Formats: sequence, structure tokens, C-alpha cells
Amino acid sequence: MIPGAFDYHRPATIEDAVTLLASLGEEASILAGGHSLIPLMKTRLASPDHLVDLSGIGNLKGITVAGGDIVIGAMTTQFELIASEDLARHIPIIAETSRLIADPQIRYKGTFGGNVANGDPGNDMPALMMALGATYRVHGPDGGRDVAAREFYHGAYYTALEHGEILTSVRIPVPPAGHGYAYEKLKRKVGDYATAAAAVVITMAGGTCTSASIGLTNVSETPLWASEASALLVGTRLDKPSVDAALAAAEAITNPASDMRGPAEYRTKMAGIMLRRALERARSRTEA
Amino acid sequence: MTKSHIELTINGRTVEALVEPRTLLIHFLREQQNLTGAHIGCDTGHCGACTVDMDDMSVKSCMTFAVQAHGASITTIEGVANADGTLSALQEGFRMMHGLQCGFCTPGMILRAHRLLQENPAPTEDEIRHGISGNLCRCTGYVNIVKSIQYAAAKINGTPFQEAAE
Repeated sequence: MIPGAFDYHRPATIEDAVTLLASLGEEASILAGGHSLIPLMKTRLASPDHLVDLSGIGNLKGITVAGGDIVIGAMTTQFELIASEDLARHIPIIAETSRLIADPQIRYKGTFGGNVANGDPGNDMPALMMALGATYRVHGPDGGRDVAAREFYHGAYYTALEHGEILTSVRIPVPPAGHGYAYEKLKRKVGDYATAAAAVVITMAGGTCTSASIGLTNVSETPLWASEASALLVGTRLDKPSVDAALAAAEAITNPASDMRGPAEYRTKMAGIMLRRALERARSRTEA
Repeated sequence: MTKSHIELTINGRTVEALVEPRTLLIHFLREQQNLTGAHIGCDTGHCGACTVDMDDMSVKSCMTFAVQAHGASITTIEGVANADGTLSALQEGFRMMHGLQCGFCTPGMILRAHRLLQENPAPTEDEIRHGISGNLCRCTGYVNIVKSIQYAAAKINGTPFQEAAE
């Protein structure tokens, strides 16, 4: 399978990339790791006239601790997320999620920015970023702006990113020390998108849940932040009736497609089961 | 469309070429460099038969444009043997442990295992299985591939190789 012809550009700065995108117009696509875009180009579902490769822009990579936040450059790869000691110490759920994305080869090239920016509801990072309350930094012709992850996803492949804008970094508030976390993903095989998946971040004090945030992957047109389900857990001891109520609230906001991963009803139920498992594992990891 | 000039190192040799931007790395290697060891299996990024080592990463060369390899250092199966032409530890492991039947997946398996052992010189069976989870084999059932990699790890580390009980 041979992609359609295109012109290749490798700008050295983010400003050059933004200028290029503005001058090339709608027929230009951004190339990051390429592991979502190139398959689409090979099947001709995408045939951009121009590719603007971000790999020559040095300062789009890296993980920095900045005050109470961690900032991750868009071109940081999944492999680098897994290897990061800063992330292992402060937000270990990011590496746990990365390990469940695709396969080793793809994790060397696949980027964090591409995963959050391209709007595929099957991607795993978006629901996690919603659960963590992350903020995306976006650069365009009019300068930079910030978009909350929870406001970013409007539909399948339809996001707050305007044409000509580039997502350059993600700022994530570090959850409190001793927080519990888990990402649970049901998939048919290595490399598959989730049948359903759940991200959970909680804090506990004296056996009582003091905060909870839940994200759900691939059970709707967009990743979901289950705010009502999260709120139902706060102030409880995560006893069975409370967890059951949160599960019901989470399942109620899903709207999965019936596809080769299963009928919609099954996938909704699996979202609940992933959430139950994630809550159990998150609780076992809390240090309070 | 304008051709791009690329310069890269392949198996220790400096190569300069003009490529169409849409040329995939696997096609560049096989058709322009006559390095036909890396295979096109699924052509969709699932099977790993096209895996090569690029700047210390295992990369699926059917999912990468040749222009993205500009400035890179690439090793293919043709560059894996020892300098004197004898088999590398991994090649020997696949031979001794019967790690292949039809052999189609083998170049990708060996290149992937090469990088795995660079990062984790003494992997457990579980780590090997996760490590090669991006490479499909339709013949062996993986048991002998895992043994082949364990054999190679033991040889490289100078430790005795003990075949796991089945």
C-alpha cells in the first residue's frame, strides 16, 4: 500500500511550523510519530498534499517538573513516558497507561501529543488527561492559548484544535502524594483499541474517599470524564453500594458503537467492570 | 512532488539517496538498497516482520517514511552477524533452539530481540513475551522463539542456558 504523493517539510521551530501550516492551507497535515496518520495515508483515507514533520523542533520533547505541575512536550514518545523517573515518582498512572498502548515498536515512535491531539476516541491518553485535569498548550497564527482537556474533545476526530494550530505541550497537576490510581483496559489483543477502559485517580483519608476522578476510553464519540460518578464516591468508604452507584452513573453516560469489539450493551457493561477493577486497584495503592 | 535528499547510516555504511517523500522506509531498504531481509508482512503495522533498528529503537519500517530516517543509523538483519561472518548470539539462538519454521518473521524477531536485550540483558520469560508482542509468528507458537532469545541472553551474559520445562 503506497500513500499518495505529498511534499515534505521539516521546520526547525514552532513559529516556522505555524507559518508553514498557515501558508499551505487545509491540505497540510502535521506529522508527529506518524503511527496514526501513516496507516490512514497508506489506505488513502488521508491524502494530504503536504506533511509538516515536527521532529526537527527540538524543544517539543521532554518532561519537566514545574512547581506543582508536570509539563510534557508533545513530541515525547510513549517509550519516554514509560522510562521517565519523574513520572514514575509523581504520576505513575501515565506509564501504566502507556504500557497498554499498541506494542513496543509503536511506543518508540508514537507520541504523547499525537495521542491526545488527533481526536481518535480509541486513544487511551485523552480520558486519562481528563481524569487528571490536564491543560493543553496550543500554538497558532494568533499566538498561544490553553485548552482544558475536559473541553477539548467535541466528536470523533473533532477537537478544539483549529486547522493551523499545533498542540505543543500538556500541563498536568501532580496528584497528592499517596494517591491511588489505576488504568484498566479490556482489549482483545496487543495493539487493539479498548473494548472499554477506565482511568481512576483517588485520594483517601482514614478509609474515606476524599477525592475521585474517573475517565472512560472508547465508549462514546469522545473520551469521557465521569464527573457525576466521581462525585458520588467522595465522602464514602468505597463500600459496595457507593461503588455500585458510581458504576451506574458512569455506565449511564456511555454511548458506545456496536462493532467488532462487541455490541453496545456489552461495551457499556465492560466500562463498568473496568471501572470497578480500577477503583479496587486504586484503593489498594493509596497510602492513607 | 519534490524529491528529498537523505543521508543515513545503514549497517555501518553511509548512504545518500534521493527519495520521493511518500517512499516508505521498507521500500527504500528493499528496492533501492537491495536489503531484502526485512519483510513486508501485513503492511498495516501489526505484524512486525518489517522491524529494523533505528537510532536504538525498534521501528516498523512499513510505518515510517524514508525521509524520517534522514540522519539516522539503521541496522537490518543483514548487519546483525559478527564482523567475522559468524552468527550473532541471537542468530545462533534461533538456529539452535529451532526458533523459526518458515522464517518470514525471523528478521523482525531478531531485530526486536536485539533491542530488547540491549535494554534488558537478562529478561524473564514474561518480559520476553511482552517485549516481542509487536511481532507475529504464524508457525512456531512462540515457545521456541522465547527459548532462542533466552539462549542468546545466556550466551551474551556468559551464564548457563537452562531450557525451561514445558
